Amino acid sequence: MLHFQRWKLILVFAVVISGILFALPNLFPAATMARMPAWLPHKQVNLGLDLQGGAHLLYQLDEKEMVDDWLNTIRGDVRETLRRARIGYTDLALNSANRSVSVKIRDAADIDKAYGELRKLAQPIGGSVFSGFSGYDMDVARDGTDGVTLTITDVGLTHRMGSAIQASIETIRRRVDAFGTTEPSIQREGRNRVLVQVPGIQDVQRLKELIGKTGKLEFKLVDPSVNAAQVAENKQVPMGDELVFGNPPSGAPPGSPQIPYVLKSQVLVSGQNLVDAQASFDQRTGEPVVTFRFDAAGAKRFAMVTQENVGLPFAIVLDDKVISAPVIREPILGGTGQISGNFTVQEANDLAVLLRSGALPAKLTVIEERTVGASLGADSIASGKKAALMGLALVMIFMLAGYGLFGMFANIALIFNVALIFAVLSLMGATLTLPGIAGIVLTIGIAVDANVLINERIREEIRSGKSPYAAVDAGYARALVTIIDSNVTTLIAVLVLFWLGSGPVRGFAVTLTVGILASMFTAVTVTRLMVSYWLRWTRPQLIPI
Amino acid sequence: MFRGIHFIPPDTKIDFVGMRAITWIVSALLTVVPLILVATVGLNMGIDFQGGTLIEVKTKESPANLADIRGKVTGLGLGEVQIQEFGAPDAVLIRIASQPTEQQQQESIAKVKQALGDTVEYRRVEIVGPTISGELIASGTIAVVVAMLGILIYVWFRFEWQFAVAAIASLIHDVTGTIGLYALFQLEFNVSSIAALLTIIGYSLNDKVVIFDRIRENLRKYKRMPLVQLLDLSINETLARAVLTHVTTFLAMLPFLFFGGETIFGFALAMCWGIVIGAYSSIFVASPLQLILGVRRDAFSVSAAPAKGRGTAPARV
Repeated sequence: MLHFQRWKLILVFAVVISGILFALPNLFPAATMARMPAWLPHKQVNLGLDLQGGAHLLYQLDEKEMVDDWLNTIRGDVRETLRRARIGYTDLALNSANRSVSVKIRDAADIDKAYGELRKLAQPIGGSVFSGFSGYDMDVARDGTDGVTLTITDVGLTHRMGSAIQASIETIRRRVDAFGTTEPSIQREGRNRVLVQVPGIQDVQRLKELIGKTGKLEFKLVDPSVNAAQVAENKQVPMGDELVFGNPPSGAPPGSPQIPYVLKSQVLVSGQNLVDAQASFDQRTGEPVVTFRFDAAGAKRFAMVTQENVGLPFAIVLDDKVISAPVIREPILGGTGQISGNFTVQEANDLAVLLRSGALPAKLTVIEERTVGASLGADSIASGKKAALMGLALVMIFMLAGYGLFGMFANIALIFNVALIFAVLSLMGATLTLPGIAGIVLTIGIAVDANVLINERIREEIRSGKSPYAAVDAGYARALVTIIDSNVTTLIAVLVLFWLGSGPVRGFAVTLTVGILASMFTAVTVTRLMVSYWLRWTRPQLIPI
Repeated sequence: MFRGIHFIPPDTKIDFVGMRAITWIVSALLTVVPLILVATVGLNMGIDFQGGTLIEVKTKESPANLADIRGKVTGLGLGEVQIQEFGAPDAVLIRIASQPTEQQQQESIAKVKQALGDTVEYRRVEIVGPTISGELIASGTIAVVVAMLGILIYVWFRFEWQFAVAAIASLIHDVTGTIGLYALFQLEFNVSSIAALLTIIGYSLNDKVVIFDRIRENLRKYKRMPLVQLLDLSINETLARAVLTHVTTFLAMLPFLFFGGETIFGFALAMCWGIVIGAYSSIFVASPLQLILGVRRDAFSVSAAPAKGRGTAPARV
């Protein structure tokens, strides 16, 4: 056990030296590292949100709303399909509990034809290249002699949920990018969730407002024939119209009631036709506005509508709220326009971001939020560092007292161990959290345990009368089995922790795993190397242990 | 040359297993009393597990005017509100009960911010909705159970079923004992507490495996020694290691208790306690359980033939 082959020797040195080299950047502030020559490693350990401050927001997509939207679309498609096929129908109904739309066909003779036409509405779902065809997004079935029911399948829902989440992630990313923070992370969690983590963000409220808005922009005509205030009072909205509210004007005293508008339900142009939106200032009044540009189709429709309705007001509606309702002074033919709504500069900016990023496919709700201020993070780093260094110092003093020279070997290995942990964490791009720092300290305890096991074994072997070499050799060999067994059991618990945890807890699991693996190398192999060279050089008659 | 202090003399002959009449009672109390505590006093469930809002603020004046903050926040009609000092005179922790919907949960924080205005700096805000808190309870429980099962299988595979059962029984003892600590001191029980429990499980097991290893070795070595004596011998032989390891790990963790800050205090306390209770259960629960479970003497005789790396050959230096 004490003989090292040359290649092993080189390997051990290589690992230890690169460990130190890759751990070093963590000792210097980022600014100092930037001035270092390029060939030196620069990567530092990422600090978790609890250490550098930031926001952790877990969003859940409203599944019910998404299903209801979809069912509405299906109902529209059924109506359209049957009308085009000239088939009479009744009782077109929507059942959101069963995720289905049902319809009755007037003439029993048409039922086969109707069934055939409606079946075409179901779309096959491709799955992936490997899984191939995995079913239809809806199940179209005959219902009695005269009915047809279209039911959304589980596969279909899962598929649509997947695309909706994907689209949400893209949209959220564009919105978060507007804050210009470094390395925000936006990822899917489970079936219908998105986890947004933004390190270092100060204004969490604004972030939440920007992400939480659906961002559905619609242009609608105001119905000039009715009195909106009256409609708001008696709640009698004319057919084809809808009642929508908007914020009171800027001059109004705080707490003023919302202004009602009666709009024609038909959407003239929607945000989907938008290709760009920018915050700028009105050339005449100098107030902050948002200018936008439509794509070709949108521009054409907008030109047509404005030509036909000069002199009438239209409303710009965002998420079912009127932003402004200007009067069309002249036809807008160029496909560009501006929205003014008594914005502050920041509001105009945020609205532009919202419009540029596109609408979310469904409403997102925050179900978990954890934000840490930068000052608390800095305090946590300071106290974590202090506690860890004190812990390390206490352990080293104790080991030195307990084992003398062999304690010294263990202590040197311990420093390599800590260096290796930081090196691996830096290279992995892993995140260090406050519990993670505690994890490193716990690893120190476990790493030292390996040396305690070895040293106690050596003492036993010496007592049983073995020569120094044989005692050390046997000590290492026998302790190794125990060290591996005990570390594997610890790793089992830690892996479960990794699998369960998120955020700080997962950070703890990562550092502990890396630490235990590194400790098996430093506490066993590295100390063995030191001890074997020491034996070779000093040829002691007695082992001072 | 300095040989190091031998804290524990090499030839201790403490009759650990002989004390089992007393230690069984102690162990039973350590397992049952926490359960009674949890049933009567209850755990101080953090927002992770019951949902709600937690806000840590730093006031501009020191010490903070708790009564003033309490008055402002209680007036908002958000249900149960707890206000307490948190580690420093100008640090205040505000806890608000779970609101009926996620939407109201979000509104509650806006209301608090409006009520407190600029008089405080917001250091930490945590909002856990009802959906997540239910899931966290489930996943926390599953994690502890899965970890135990994994360990059971590994120990069974490496040793014998008696060792696996003894290990799990003593781990349950450690877990309930630690939960008792949370109940006794009303420490907040949250996701990091589950992390602490799992770590204690891992660490405590580490310790048991060391003794099991020695028992296995001695079973091979002393074929005729009575089991009681053999267990005592194994514990005594590993005693020096146990004491040194636990003291070092405890020393490493101790500064976190005093200097790690409030957020990690509960975790550090649980870890320190876990080291103590784990050390206790290795000696007084896991080992004597072998007597009851009746480990087979011949269990390891097959592999008793020259085990790998016994290392009696002279070292090639």
